[in-house]
Amino acid sequence: MTTLDSSKEIQKNNSEVNETHEDFRMFGLITFLIADGMTFAGFFAAYLTYKAVNPLPDGAIYELELPIPTLNTILLLVSSATFHKAGKALLKDKNSDSQKWLFFTAFLGIIFLICQLFEYFHLPFGLTDNLFASTFYALTGFHGLHVTLGTLMILIIAWQSRINGGRLTSQNMFPLEAVELYWHFVDGIWVVLFIILYLL
Amino acid sequence: MTISIDPQKTNNESLQPKGWLRYFSFSLDHKVIGIQYLVCGFLFYLIGGTLASAIRIELASPMSDFMPRDVYNQVLTLHGTIMIFLWIVPVVNGAFGNYLIPFYVGARDMAFPRLNAVAFWLIPPSGLMLVASYFVEGAAQAGWTAYPPLSITTPQSGQIIWILSVLLLGGSSIFGGINFIATIIKLRRPGLKLMQLPMYCWAMLGTSLLVVLSTPVLAGTLILLSFDIIANTGFFNPVLGGNVVVYQHLFWFYSHPAVYIMVLPAFGLVSEILPVHARKPLFGYTTMVFSIMGIVVLGLVVWAHHMFTSGTPPWMRLFFTIATAFIAVPTGIKFFNWVATLWGGKISINSAMLFSCGFIINFVFGGITGVALAQVPFDIHVHDTYFVVAHFHYIVYGGTVFIIFSSIYHWFPKVTGRILNEKLGILHFIITFIGFNLCFAPQHWLGLNGMPRRVAEYDPQFQFVNQISSLGALLMAISTIPFLINVFLSVRNGKNAGDNPWNALTPEWLTSSPPPVENWEGEAPLVEEPYGYGKEIS
Repeated sequence: MTTLDSSKEIQKNNSEVNETHEDFRMFGLITFLIADGMTFAGFFAAYLTYKAVNPLPDGAIYELELPIPTLNTILLLVSSATFHKAGKALLKDKNSDSQKWLFFTAFLGIIFLICQLFEYFHLPFGLTDNLFASTFYALTGFHGLHVTLGTLMILIIAWQSRINGGRLTSQNMFPLEAVELYWHFVDGIWVVLFIILYLL
Repeated sequence: MTISIDPQKTNNESLQPKGWLRYFSFSLDHKVIGIQYLVCGFLFYLIGGTLASAIRIELASPMSDFMPRDVYNQVLTLHGTIMIFLWIVPVVNGAFGNYLIPFYVGARDMAFPRLNAVAFWLIPPSGLMLVASYFVEGAAQAGWTAYPPLSITTPQSGQIIWILSVLLLGGSSIFGGINFIATIIKLRRPGLKLMQLPMYCWAMLGTSLLVVLSTPVLAGTLILLSFDIIANTGFFNPVLGGNVVVYQHLFWFYSHPAVYIMVLPAFGLVSEILPVHARKPLFGYTTMVFSIMGIVVLGLVVWAHHMFTSGTPPWMRLFFTIATAFIAVPTGIKFFNWVATLWGGKISINSAMLFSCGFIINFVFGGITGVALAQVPFDIHVHDTYFVVAHFHYIVYGGTVFIIFSSIYHWFPKVTGRILNEKLGILHFIITFIGFNLCFAPQHWLGLNGMPRRVAEYDPQFQFVNQISSLGALLMAISTIPFLINVFLSVRNGKNAGDNPWNALTPEWLTSSPPPVENWEGEAPLVEEPYGYGKEIS
């Protein structure tokens, strides 16, 4: 997060007094992400408890193939880096570079989702097969929903960073910073999810 | 350049409706939103109260003759859900928080005014949805806890609407919590230190932390529960290999802090009201702050004391018993501080003060039964009996609702510029206090003697005590009448209050009544000693 700029002040013109206050939209977003993280924490806690105390029925399949999720992990980590690049480019007023990096990030997000769907279609178990399967789909599905929303938001800010008439400029970095923080958060959750669900 | 978050622009006078119409608009003014929360919550209180009366009428006789048993289950589920999620939580957090916090931090509005309005406008539709679910194949029947497998096996549509409604209300609560944290931490007037804030700010900060940390867990749990109901998964269904105890853990991880979400703001409000009407500084400000934060931390690690009969392993029982007993320490500190605030003060016996004192009496009683319930052997004896019902209502009605009424009497002059009638107010207090204790004190005895809760029929030997309890409920229902008459008369013809009828020192009284749109003409005052009664020479 190079571009988090808390010193930026928002001018508020009152007819009598001229008051300014700090821009705390990022603070609000961080609070929201903590709340969102708690939802995942609840899911993880449920999954780990099930793993510890609820034995699966005999013959239940719960082995997961690693190649696709590993590829997905790499995709998301790279996308975090490319998003970072987009922010740096915008800070230097290179709007078209920034836009390219943003589109590339969104592209990585879409590839991630396609891989995820590919994995879903090739898994040997369905949503209601057993407790492990249900928890697996609930966790990855809820995370996939976050990736979908994130990708949509990246496409929106990529559109906003167009050169003529775009809202996103080096003076107005907030939309990019906010989506970037959200994207890093979703990546971080994926790493935890990958470790807990696939590696443990 | 930036997205305009300029209230001046959004509160554009020519665009916003004037007068009472603005209470039906998507207003961004924190004071309007506060009143929206309060009135909306009170309407749901009347609905929930009607349901409570129906429950007590049913229980006046041992047989289920007033309504069928499944309707009784729907009524008690709706009563619990409405009272918790649509009356107490929105009013004690949303209503008073929105109205007072910006004054207390010296701001012109909340940190995120639009989010604030969104948070409020999620409430009426979800509340109406919940009430309407009664007419669609019947409402949810599994109680406000919605324990599986009961919630999976009862009729689906009502339970699903219940889940949707609670999810929306949880979202509203989280948005509110984010807003309060940002306002208190970030929007303080320059020069105002955290330790100079009125106690209600600290209470709301602690409450909002609990909201942000625990409500999302409930949301996740309810999503899993809805999968169990709709998609036939088995997260909480033992038949399909699931685990009901996991639901209880996740549910109580929210719902125990929810008790503090309901009662901590009341602690804050009573700390504002007592010093004003006793003309004394709040006793032990610093210990009050640390007690609140202590309750927040401990409140997050005591949830399993609701589950001592759910096959909880011994180490867990031990840990949660001790942690729960520890909560009595900060709560006790607060209780003694309130008493010490009153001690030797110039006490005015008015409605606000009476309701606050009623709160202290009821709450200490509810607190003592709470410590008793934390002890495993005792809890196993009275689990799921009327003892728990009595304890809970002593906390949320005898505690929080008393403070809601106290706060209405205290801040009504600020909101409307008129004072509520004292005679009607005292009448309201007397009927409420007698009715409440008559209704719930006998339920301790019922519980100790083994009358189970949430059942429409009971052993005839309990009939007489149940009738006493129902008589108390009747008094509680009647007590609403003088209050409503009082509000309707005073809002138009009440005595003019002036800007500061109580000679209070907290910042909201330093502006006109009712306050102007952006709270202050000119700069916000810096109040370094909100409780400096008796210190200044004047």
